Amino acid sequence: MRRTTFPNKVLPYLLLAPQIAITLVFFFWPAGQALWQSLYREDPWGLSSAFVGLDNFTRVLTDPNYLHSLQVTAAFSAATAVLALAAGLLFAVMVDGLSRGKRIYQTLLIWPYAVAPAVAGMLWLFLFSPAMGTFGILLRRAGVAWDPLLDGTQAFLLVTVAAAWKQVSYNFIFFLAGLQAIPKSLHEAAAIDGASPLRRFWTVAFPLLSPVSFYLLVVNIVYAFFDTFGVIHAVTGGGPAKATETLVYKVFNDGYVGLDLGASSAQSVILMAIVIALTAVQFRYVEKKVHYA
Amino acid sequence: MIERRPVANLVSHFLLVIGVLVMAFPIYYSFVASTRTVAEILTPPLPLWPGAHFVDNYVQAFTGSLHRIGGVNLGTLLFNTTVVALAIAVGKIIISLLSAYAVVFFRFPGRMLFFWMIFITLMLPVEVRIMPTYQVMVDLGLIDTYTGLTLPLMASATATFLFRQFFLTIPDELVEAARIDGAGPLRFFRDVLLPLSKTNIAALFVILFIYGWTQYLWPLLMTNSNDMNTILIALRKMVSFADADTQWHVVMVTTILALLPPVLVVVLMQRWFVKGLVESEK
Amino acid sequence: MATIDMRNVRKSYEQHEVIHGVDVRIADGEFIVIVGPSGCGKSTLLRMVAGLEEVTAGEIAIDDRVVNDIEPAHRDIAMVFQNYALYPHMSVFDNMAYGLKIRGTPKDEIRRRVDEAAAMLELGHLLERRPRQLSGGQRQRVAMGRALVRAPKVFLFDEPLSNLDAKLRVQMRLEIQKLHRRLATTSLFVTHDQVEAMTLAQRMIVMNAGRVEQVGTPHEVYQRPATTFVASFIGSPPMNLVEGTLEADGLRFRCTSGDHIDLPQARHDLVGRALVLGIRPEHLLPADDGLVLTVQLVESLGAESFIHTRLGEAGPELIVRAGGLAALRFGELVSYRLPADALHWFDATSGLRIDA
Repeated sequence: MRRTTFPNKVLPYLLLAPQIAITLVFFFWPAGQALWQSLYREDPWGLSSAFVGLDNFTRVLTDPNYLHSLQVTAAFSAATAVLALAAGLLFAVMVDGLSRGKRIYQTLLIWPYAVAPAVAGMLWLFLFSPAMGTFGILLRRAGVAWDPLLDGTQAFLLVTVAAAWKQVSYNFIFFLAGLQAIPKSLHEAAAIDGASPLRRFWTVAFPLLSPVSFYLLVVNIVYAFFDTFGVIHAVTGGGPAKATETLVYKVFNDGYVGLDLGASSAQSVILMAIVIALTAVQFRYVEKKVHYA
Repeated sequence: MIERRPVANLVSHFLLVIGVLVMAFPIYYSFVASTRTVAEILTPPLPLWPGAHFVDNYVQAFTGSLHRIGGVNLGTLLFNTTVVALAIAVGKIIISLLSAYAVVFFRFPGRMLFFWMIFITLMLPVEVRIMPTYQVMVDLGLIDTYTGLTLPLMASATATFLFRQFFLTIPDELVEAARIDGAGPLRFFRDVLLPLSKTNIAALFVILFIYGWTQYLWPLLMTNSNDMNTILIALRKMVSFADADTQWHVVMVTTILALLPPVLVVVLMQRWFVKGLVESEK
Repeated sequence: MATIDMRNVRKSYEQHEVIHGVDVRIADGEFIVIVGPSGCGKSTLLRMVAGLEEVTAGEIAIDDRVVNDIEPAHRDIAMVFQNYALYPHMSVFDNMAYGLKIRGTPKDEIRRRVDEAAAMLELGHLLERRPRQLSGGQRQRVAMGRALVRAPKVFLFDEPLSNLDAKLRVQMRLEIQKLHRRLATTSLFVTHDQVEAMTLAQRMIVMNAGRVEQVGTPHEVYQRPATTFVASFIGSPPMNLVEGTLEADGLRFRCTSGDHIDLPQARHDLVGRALVLGIRPEHLLPADDGLVLTVQLVESLGAESFIHTRLGEAGPELIVRAGGLAALRFGELVSYRLPADALHWFDATSGLRIDA
């Protein structure tokens, strides 16, 4: 807590005004509307709406399409997070162990971070398109019935790889920072104790990385839940046959395209609950390092 | 530490080279495609080296009108995206600096309430409130405006927290010295706090510029008119109508141009980028 | 130049009072040192004079103007902080000039005054540097320079020397004395170091637990400590203090441990009171038929030695200062006398000095 502050009474409110105004208008108002609308149902012409209680939620949660989408999202998040974390950790450990060339590898490994998810999706689609993608053609020539635009599993695989590819850079940077923060003396002590480099990694570095890993796991799941909308919208449009329809894509599709406000709002509220849960988990981690006042 | 492990070193380099190939190849290959003709692109496998049409394709992309997106030229798209990315980055930094300053350097009723209001925005990303937010934007008449594209994205809990964390590390004595020197709050902000925040601002700028440039869902919702599109939305529209006469070489040029500015920012401002990323997420 | 008056100054944080009423008048041009252990409230008192802390009750006046509600910037004071508090992004020149700039002093006037202060502090060649390019001692000088250029009515120093190494501290002490002799600006200097207090102060304020224990010149404080706290805080090693009572003859002092000390002179007036007897280590003089003490430990510093002794089996410990190197062993018996004029008497309950 800061001891010295300025005595002004009005100025702090003026300083906060822009942020609070934006927050109220663009965050609290819509979020409140989502809560409100999730309890109402509009007639198809949007002329009147009736209070239906939790009916929208029941409808959404018993809808097989929604439950399917939930499964897709869970599988997609898990696969993306595991793939991106494993690759990020592997690269970080390799780069950290080098005596020369760290900087070059670092530069070459981080640029996908700057690629928008939608573009990442298109880049991979371009490589693996069955009609014109070089690798798609090579796969078909090798006898694989490759067509991610028709085969749900292949489509799922493609968006997962594209989504994970973009996120590897982020994980790599954090793992590398985490590894470099481990005091050199710990490695030296372990080396003097006779531990091999591999053993040193598993017994010294890896346990010390666990807070970073945990943090990244949450971030990667949040990323896969929400930020990958662009990948899916650009590559598969949720198809084929809803095989890649994640929750966020479904909210967009039902509300913006399908114009079913009640169901879309109920889905929004469920998503908010998921974000709050994830943020709470993340906050428990943050709390240990940061104290709020 | 003396350590001789040539094999391990070799394995490291081998794995990293493969990693770099996987990470960089999709981008490189698009560049290759952007230098070739439609015919070459449509007869895979495409060679691994750039073709002879670099100048042709890029000139055509900039000067020829792009039929697929309603005659909006690439310059407009790049301009829109730049405006959006810069406005979001600069706006966020200013707004967050001000609110972090208020929360850290003043004591006033409601301080914690405001702090939590800002914090809660973390839990309300656009993606979870797509429809109601869209309605609010329609009600306010902000569809197809730069204001609509940028203003709602300027409130940011993370940037506010980053500045707050940094401000808390500034010693009390520095504030006291400034007060004894006669500096009021605004003067202190301008003369002491801003100059000391320079590296943090630079780091955050890199992160936020990329954040703004890569926005997808928001511009998709906020723009109906083609000439307000960002380059990503236009790119998606070009591809979504893919058929026999899609100008693939132009699509590829557009892809590269959509990629290039943020990638350049990351590569050229690597130091600040890494710092900003690691610190803003702490 | 100015006087400072503190009239029943109190400070509370919420319900908790940390300064319990301070009354001091500081004359124009005086160099006052506030000394006390950490947490005694000395820094809080200084910060109240600076205007960095609110005064809960009472009044502070600078030059007979009550300043309780006046901003630090308008009190015409300058302050030197323990960690120097230099603006890290400004050059030495800008650091020193900042306060003048804010007050709208003309440019050439600023230049003149900064150059003058820099010359006084031998900072002339460092004016373009940034604080992080300076050594600790140089930063200290810049902090002083920043206070100097303002030519304020009052200088406030908050433990400015405690971040310096021992050698630099002695040197800066001398420089501060020289500066004060030259400028004669009223100064308030806070420290926990009693050597600094003794060497710098014209008068010192000894504080403990939010109260003023004694105000006086270093000589007065050393020779006539007003309380047992002052007696034990000023002087190194501290004054020996022994609790006990005087027997009916007024000649024999019975310690609470049961051991006794015979006095050279009867004090009938003190009979029947709970007392603390004090004597400084250097006032115990070797004598053949004196008080017999057992040696516990000897600290030899070369020019002098401190002999830690004990009276009886479990009696009070007494420290004796002896000149030169003392060749004594553990368990050896030594004998010292207590000169009548070197004895200090305190009331054991209140801790206050009892004067004859």
